[in-house]
Formats: sequence, structure tokens, C-alpha cells
Amino acid sequence: MSQAADRRSPILVFASISFLLIWLLMASFPFLWTLWGSFKVQGDFFSKADWSYAIFGVRTIAETGAPFTGAGYYGAWVQEEFWRAVINTGVVVVFVVIISLTFGALGGYALSRSNYRYVFWLLMLALIFRAMPHITLVSGYLLPFFEWNLWGHLSTTVIVLVAINQPFTLWMLHSFFQNIPKDLDESAMVDGCTRFQAFRYAIVPVMWPGIVTTGLFSFLLAYNDFAVTALLLTKENQTMVPKIAGFLGSTQTEGNVMFAVASVVSATAPLFVLVIFFQRQIVSGLTAGAVKG
Amino acid sequence: MRHSTFFWFVLPSALAMFLFIALPIVSVFTQSLHVAHDQVVEEVETCAVFSCTTELRVNAEATAELYEEAPLGKFAGLDNYANRSHLAFDEVSVVWAQASGPGEFFNGIYNLPFYKALTFTLAYTFIVTPLVIIFGFMIAVAVNSLSALVKGPIIFVSLLPMMVTPLIGSLILFWMIDARGILGSTLQYLMGDPSLSLKASSTLTWIMLMVYGVWHSAPFAFVVFYAGLQTVPKDTLESAMIDGASRWQRIRYVVLPYLMPLTLFIALIQLMDNFRVFEPIVGFNAEAHATSLSWAIYNYMNADSKLLNSAATTSMLTIIGVAILLTPVLVRTWRDFNRR
Repeated sequence: MSQAADRRSPILVFASISFLLIWLLMASFPFLWTLWGSFKVQGDFFSKADWSYAIFGVRTIAETGAPFTGAGYYGAWVQEEFWRAVINTGVVVVFVVIISLTFGALGGYALSRSNYRYVFWLLMLALIFRAMPHITLVSGYLLPFFEWNLWGHLSTTVIVLVAINQPFTLWMLHSFFQNIPKDLDESAMVDGCTRFQAFRYAIVPVMWPGIVTTGLFSFLLAYNDFAVTALLLTKENQTMVPKIAGFLGSTQTEGNVMFAVASVVSATAPLFVLVIFFQRQIVSGLTAGAVKG
Repeated sequence: MRHSTFFWFVLPSALAMFLFIALPIVSVFTQSLHVAHDQVVEEVETCAVFSCTTELRVNAEATAELYEEAPLGKFAGLDNYANRSHLAFDEVSVVWAQASGPGEFFNGIYNLPFYKALTFTLAYTFIVTPLVIIFGFMIAVAVNSLSALVKGPIIFVSLLPMMVTPLIGSLILFWMIDARGILGSTLQYLMGDPSLSLKASSTLTWIMLMVYGVWHSAPFAFVVFYAGLQTVPKDTLESAMIDGASRWQRIRYVVLPYLMPLTLFIALIQLMDNFRVFEPIVGFNAEAHATSLSWAIYNYMNADSKLLNSAATTSMLTIIGVAILLTPVLVRTWRDFNRR
């Protein structure tokens, strides 16, 4: 567009820039504040006397002799064995991503290549399933899982999260596969491939951008989940998020809140790294469903 | 694609959804029709030297046996739905008879757990969703007018509130608005009221939860709108300008209509996600002032004596709520589909 079209009155520019600055402050400040505060003692993080204590760490110096302390991290990771939760989260997340993508790629491919009426119904059904609050499904699982001794295992949680993830994965991969020209796999079939071979040798090599984007969102769903993991796992098998919630419920003694703060920071760090490396994919993934309608 | 090939391709995905989404809904419905077994009580006679007394005791073994035989509990029909914890027909009619006006009636039923949760869930859904759309659109317009150099970092920062785990995001804000946290003490200073606590007031708790909701979801609306703004047809904008349309008129009559489908998409996703609001209530420790349907279900299941039947009944009512919420969308899609 020409420059003239973009020229705006100084007041409008000022208003727009200051609005944006306020938003950026809102979006980033809580994280910076918590990261900084996680290296202090509780008396500074929650400072009744003077808010500047939290920045300069007056009580932290008084109690530990240095302006920063790793006590919260030590308490959380070593004393409360947060590393177990980290390993559990890792196991759950890796398997959820792999299995959802396998199921979703097969299903999404078929949905994008079939013109029958039932495709529409399956997609609508997936949309309805997508709307189900996860916790209502969990209330359906508990009794049968107790009866059949399935409750508490990581594998049960993995398959449950895969299923909850499927509606979204199907929709997303469906729209990605629709963008891959049909000629590609159809010419493979003309050359004598079966449908599965055509998928394996013509589609799989070109589907990775879509798979990466969808995988990111599967990762986020599994990583961020609280409703399923809080109710379906035993204490030893707990993942990070319910473990952090557990810190708050049981331990109100001095200093233990800092365990929660430290583990919150630890659990948020991987998400930051993810956004840094995959910002473009996340943005394209969020809009993929929208722009296609 | 042939039917049989289609079937085998879709099978794993469909099976997972059938077993872990469709069947659980059946399981929820069945559980909601049952209540817990009565405890088996028996008379036990204990004789001391001079006299014998009989007392009632719970026979734990026999009770456990009952559950062994029928783990679901006792069939109760729709009793669960009618009792005080859910639709509470008796209590509502009492309140109805006694209330002198709509305000009093509302206060009366707000004390019933199900209606309390429903009120907050609906208020949250229908206040946060429009605010997210408006706020996200404003950020998108503001970012769109900047130079490409700063856009990347701004988008990075803007994504953070959405990417963070909901429970963790609400905890982070909760610690800051604590009376001893930075936002809490700033508010006390601004209001000149050293005893001000966001946690103690219902209104402030509601506002806090909704602010969190907008903070968490605005980035999603922002990203979608931002991508949409990149594709607004430039020709139409320029011809509107030649016709003398002001900046505001161009947004109102060209950009907004063009972005309408995106707005509907965001609204649909946000309605679904906000209706299940749950983690912030746990994170903000807000259950004394605000409960949601999802939180109520969690609370029943998390209780020491797991109240699975109550959880199932609330779940069933929640699913009905989701169905009502989705009906307009489904009817619309169905019409579009038939027209094609």
C-alpha cells in the first residue's frame, strides 16, 4: 500500500504505541517477576514491608548471605523430588505426540481424500468431541478404570490424552492434507502403488511441515493438561502440573511456597524455548484452521 | 477413496475417540442414574455383667460386598438430578414461593451449589469471549502498523500468556496479586486501603478471574486477526480511500466485514474453551467466591469419599450445556452443507 494510506495522526500513533507497550508489559512482566523472585526467599517474594525487597533481596541477603539463593530449586528438585515429575511428564508427552500424530496422520489423510457424505459427519462429530470439557470425560473414566485396575498408570493417561487430542489433530491434519495436491498420491497409485503405499512413499515425505505444527499443539495439550493427569495418576506417577498443585495444597509452611515458585519457573522454561524456536509454526498452526474456515 | 480403505485408515483414530470420548459419555450417563449404596447397619448386642445393650454398627464387610456385586451403586433414576446438589427442584420452588422480587430469587438460588457454578461459568463465558475478541483485534491492528523489524519480538512476547500452562499462568498472577505481592500492594497503595485483599471479595475475585481469562486468550485472537489482516485485499482498501473513506471508515466498512468469518471462528473456539473454565479457579484458590461447572466435577471426584455419582450428574448437565452452546453452530453448518 502507498505510504499515504499508512500515515496517521500523531495522536493515533501515540495511542496505538502506548496501548501496545502496556500489553507487552502485561504479557512479559509476570514471567520476569516470577523468574527473578524464584531466586529469593519467601520473605522477599511476598514482602509485606516494602515491595523493593523483592528486587534487591534484602531478606535474602539477611538469611543466606547472598542476593540470590537456589534454595527453592534445591527444595523442589532434590527434597520434593520434582525430577520424578519431570521424567513422568517427558514420558507422557513423547508418547502422546508420537501416537496422536500417527493416528491423526492416517485419519486426516483419509478424510482429506474421500468425498463421501460420512466425512462431513465424522468432522462434525470431532468438533462436538472437541467441545467436551475434559473433566466430564474423566468422571466417566474413574469407575471403570478402578474396576479394571487401569487407574494410576502412565500408559492409561497417555492413551486418554491421545484420544482427547484426536478431534483437534484430525481437523488440523485434514486441512493440511487438503493443501497437498491429490495428483501426487493418485499418480503413485496409477504407477501401481496401493493406497497405503501411495501414502507411505508419496505423502509422508512432503507432510513434515504440517506434522511439526500439529505435533507442537499435541505437545502443548499433553504438557499443559491438569484435569486428566491430576485425577488419573498415582502420587508416584504424577506429572509436573499436578505436582505443582500438590505443593500448594499440603505445604503452607515457611519457604515451601518457594518450592512451588521454583518448579513453576522450571516447568515454564521449556515452553519459552519452544516458542523461541517454533514461533512461525505456532502462528501458522493457529491460523490454519481459521483461514480455511 | 474406497470405503474399505477409508475404514482402515480412520480406524485407529476413530477407535480411540469411540473408546475414550463416546463411551465415557455413556458411562457418565449410567453413573448419573445411580446413587451410593446405603451402608449395611446391624444391631449388635453387647452384654456387660448386669445388663445387655443393643447398638447399631456399620458392617464394613457387608457394605464392601455390596460394592463388589454392583460397583455402580443403587439405581436411582433421575433422583440425582433433582437433589439439592444439582437442579434442586424442591429448594428452587421454596425460594420461588418466598422471594419478593427477581433479585431475591436470584440470591436464593445462587446459594445452591449447581446454580452458583452455572452462574459463574456463564458469566465468565459470555464476558471473557467478547473481551478477548475486542482486545485481540486491537493488538492486531496496533502490531500491524509497525515495521517488520519489531514485529517478530512483539509476537514472541504476545504469545507467552497463551502458551503457558493455564494452572501455572494463574498461579503466577495469583502470587502477584497476593496482599504481599507486587500488584496486591500496589492496589492497596492506590486505593489507600491497607486491608484491601482481592481474595476476600467475591466481586474482585470474579474480576480477577476474568482478567486472567482475557490475558490468557487474547494472544490467540491476536494471532488469528493478525494473519487475517495480512490478507485484507489492498485494492478494496485503496478504492475506499479514493472514495474519501476515513481511517475509521475503512476499518469499519472494509476490514471488519472481511474479518467476520475469523471472528466467528474465534468466538466458537473461545466459547468452547471458556465454558470449561477450571484451572484458574484452582490456581487462584477462588472456590469460596467463584466455582465453575468443571471445578464442581473436579471437586466431587477429588473428595475423600469420591462422589462419583454427583460428579457424573454434574458432568451430564455440563454436556447438555455444551450441546445447547453448540446447537447454533451445528445448525448453521448443516444448512451450509445442504446448500452445497
